[in-house]
Amino acid sequence: MAAALLVAGCASAPPGAAHATGSPDMAWLQRMTFGVNSGALAQYQKLGRDGYLEEQLRAADEHLPDAVAHQIAQLSIGQVDAGRLFVGIAIEQKRINALADGPDKQAARQKLNEQGNQAAYEARRRELLRAIYSPAQLKEQMVWFWLNHFSVFEQKANVRWMIADYSERAIRPHALGKFRDLVMATLEHPAMLQYLDNAQNAVGHINENYARELMELHTLGVDAGYTQNDVQELARVLTGVGVAGPEPPHLRPELRGLYVREGAFEFNPARHDFGSKTLLGHALSRHGFAEISEAVDLLVRQSACARFISRKLAIYFVSDDPPRALVDRMAQTFQQTDGDIAAVLRTLFTSRELAEQAGRKFKDPMQYVVSALRMAYDTRPIENMHPVTGWLGALGEAEFGHQTPDGYSLQDTAWSSSGQMSRRFEIARAIGSGSAGLFDPEDAGTRTLGGFPLLTTPVYYSVVAPLLSAPTRNALETARSQQEWNLYLLASPDFNYR
Amino acid sequence: MDRRHFLRTGLAAAPALTLAGRLFAAPAGGPRFLCVFLRGGYDCANFLIPWSSSFYYESRPKLGIAKPDPAILDGALALDADWALAPSVRDSLGPLYQQRQVLFVPFAGTDDLSRSHFETQDSIELGQPVQGARNFNSGFLARLAGTLSGSAPIAFTDTLPLAFRGDAGIASMSMQRVGKSPFDDIQSATLRGMYAGSHLEAAVTEGLELQQQMAQAMQDEMQAASRGAITTKGFELTAERMARLMRSQYRLGFVDVGGWDTHVNEGGARGALASNLTSLAVGLGTFAQSLGEEWNNTVVFVLSEFGRTFRENGNGGTDHGHGSVYWVLGGRINGGRIAGEQVRVARDTLFQNRDYPVLNDYRAVLAGLFSGMWALSPQQLDVIFPGSSAQDLKLV
Repeated sequence: MAAALLVAGCASAPPGAAHATGSPDMAWLQRMTFGVNSGALAQYQKLGRDGYLEEQLRAADEHLPDAVAHQIAQLSIGQVDAGRLFVGIAIEQKRINALADGPDKQAARQKLNEQGNQAAYEARRRELLRAIYSPAQLKEQMVWFWLNHFSVFEQKANVRWMIADYSERAIRPHALGKFRDLVMATLEHPAMLQYLDNAQNAVGHINENYARELMELHTLGVDAGYTQNDVQELARVLTGVGVAGPEPPHLRPELRGLYVREGAFEFNPARHDFGSKTLLGHALSRHGFAEISEAVDLLVRQSACARFISRKLAIYFVSDDPPRALVDRMAQTFQQTDGDIAAVLRTLFTSRELAEQAGRKFKDPMQYVVSALRMAYDTRPIENMHPVTGWLGALGEAEFGHQTPDGYSLQDTAWSSSGQMSRRFEIARAIGSGSAGLFDPEDAGTRTLGGFPLLTTPVYYSVVAPLLSAPTRNALETARSQQEWNLYLLASPDFNYR
Repeated sequence: MDRRHFLRTGLAAAPALTLAGRLFAAPAGGPRFLCVFLRGGYDCANFLIPWSSSFYYESRPKLGIAKPDPAILDGALALDADWALAPSVRDSLGPLYQQRQVLFVPFAGTDDLSRSHFETQDSIELGQPVQGARNFNSGFLARLAGTLSGSAPIAFTDTLPLAFRGDAGIASMSMQRVGKSPFDDIQSATLRGMYAGSHLEAAVTEGLELQQQMAQAMQDEMQAASRGAITTKGFELTAERMARLMRSQYRLGFVDVGGWDTHVNEGGARGALASNLTSLAVGLGTFAQSLGEEWNNTVVFVLSEFGRTFRENGNGGTDHGHGSVYWVLGGRINGGRIAGEQVRVARDTLFQNRDYPVLNDYRAVLAGLFSGMWALSPQQLDVIFPGSSAQDLKLV
């Protein structure tokens, strides 16, 4: 059936289009975006493939529909200083813990808990609004990719309050930038430091959790040849990197110059191990926080890192087992450009290998849900995101919901088991029948029923229809209502692959 | 305790030739098996406490669990002169141990030494030799399912675990979110039709069927609830639903439980680890109970990717270690004992001066168990765990 996708239809460019929009172009555009909508199609027609690629690599246009921008501006997560918030939460928790057991304490706990859940929901909502509506679709996919690569779990410690800022300051600015900057930005973010326990890592109280994952999951990959000894040495390097308290620590005069504080991030030299260290066979020469920077430089310049990151990107965009030649070329670009993510993606998106895999990669739940919403509703703003976060949860890919630091699987097989397929069909039905209440305000308390989307849009006719396989066309012909037609289209293999 | 009866159930099943001419071991009616994977590396030394070891108490000044002592509420429950159970599972596993329906295999694990969660989980689930190229599309439970006829496998997880990956489509559905199927027969047939002939055909068909079965199970639950049954949640709810499905049709199950990676604030007799253990053990008790008679025909195997550092760290937690303690449960197992190779717990017996050693390889232990349950031949065992030889711990 995947093969059917490849051989089916060769739509010619619609009259008046400046650039070709035949099936290879549309297959390419389906991977460059979370799913083609009217804006992406128009932009592609205007700029052509090269122009569109360059625009996407720069994330030149991040303009959201006004109503969506307005929703985001209203969120409380955008209106607080994150550093002060984290410190404030810690103080409040201390205060509550000191209260005598009883209803007051319980009420205070519950209130704080609700605030935390609200902050996490708002963060998920903002990510989804951008993923669905931002014209910078490649950037949005990369934001998801990096949030997954540098995964944090909202339910641990105070991470719920931190994830909005984590995405905003650690991930988004570097999503198409230098890989090294991403590593440093996540290393300096309280969400990561709390999640992987480095906030507790201090001289004499070594905690090697983050050090291990920094090499295994973030930079080198497990087979890169580092040893348990390297993990222990890197853990020593990372001592003192943690989350700031309300007041700066009292430090001996000779340490004061080495103290670093930025928002809720802190490097506390009093907790740092100043002994000499050897990492991957290299004696580290710098001192204090500079030594951490030196260690990260060493990690990201390993050829293993270039390969590890390149391969993972190719798995996400190309196939479960990406061609070695493609990964080699991407890794070469990575090393030549000192880890320039946009440059590596340019190698990927101009490759023959990507084109050869058109229509064969099964969408993961995020790609599936977002593409279905873009197909069904185009730029119409969703008011209530709860059903959408619920769907992602039901499919096992909730944002910030992966408990372990390896992130969600990028392999097709993880998302195409029997339980997954039947859930996906239920979601196809919910979107296709318009029954989820996506356009009622969140606090309305009522649900407008009866409105279902019309999926037979210009995008459908120019992008989707020419590629449909025979069994799917047959199924669509038997539909007894528009809602059922929508279900079949969104549930079809054609729509579940890209 | 008639373990011979259990064995006979397996042996009575005469090997039968299938159409393909392949020799299968057990037909429908054979034993049931549930694999419970504790992801994150659970701290086995604070579950099965080596209470005769003074080194344990030296190594864990904050986390150590008090020796068995009737005067101490939070003391461990002695199983023998060396081992004791954590108080958090006293009420759930204590009685099962008395009834010889649970046993423990300490110093168990794999020779994978990466100390990486993911690497080690993968390697255990694949069940292939640690050295050499790995086939990520061939898990040991999938190979077991392929060896048995009528094994009716299912993963009670959101995504299909590596252990069940293989060429055959295996059902998978988490027991946490289930609801009524929204599709009528025509819609189901149309949905199936779109995937006919594709490699997702089996998954789609099975998914739509599972949905129907779960809808039925939910209806039973609601009826039970209306009669005043206590509503359960978390792992206990999963366990109850697993039992419902395994009692009626599935014979080979897999489930995973997370939250064991206790680098900080692990707690001792009470706390994070203790409440996780309670929830797991209570859930398994519910599973046993809900299976009814079939519990006598069922084996549950609980494992984790590795143990943790024997010494507590500076943050009231423990780090990634090596040897673990596996659990085996079942109505007719040869339980009420500590099984497998053992060594005295002391500083000089730690692996790399840090962790429990591995004296009982998971592949050998499982091969021995499977051999006992289904009377498998050495050739069949070699398909399931290539290059491994069974270690017969007389678990069943």
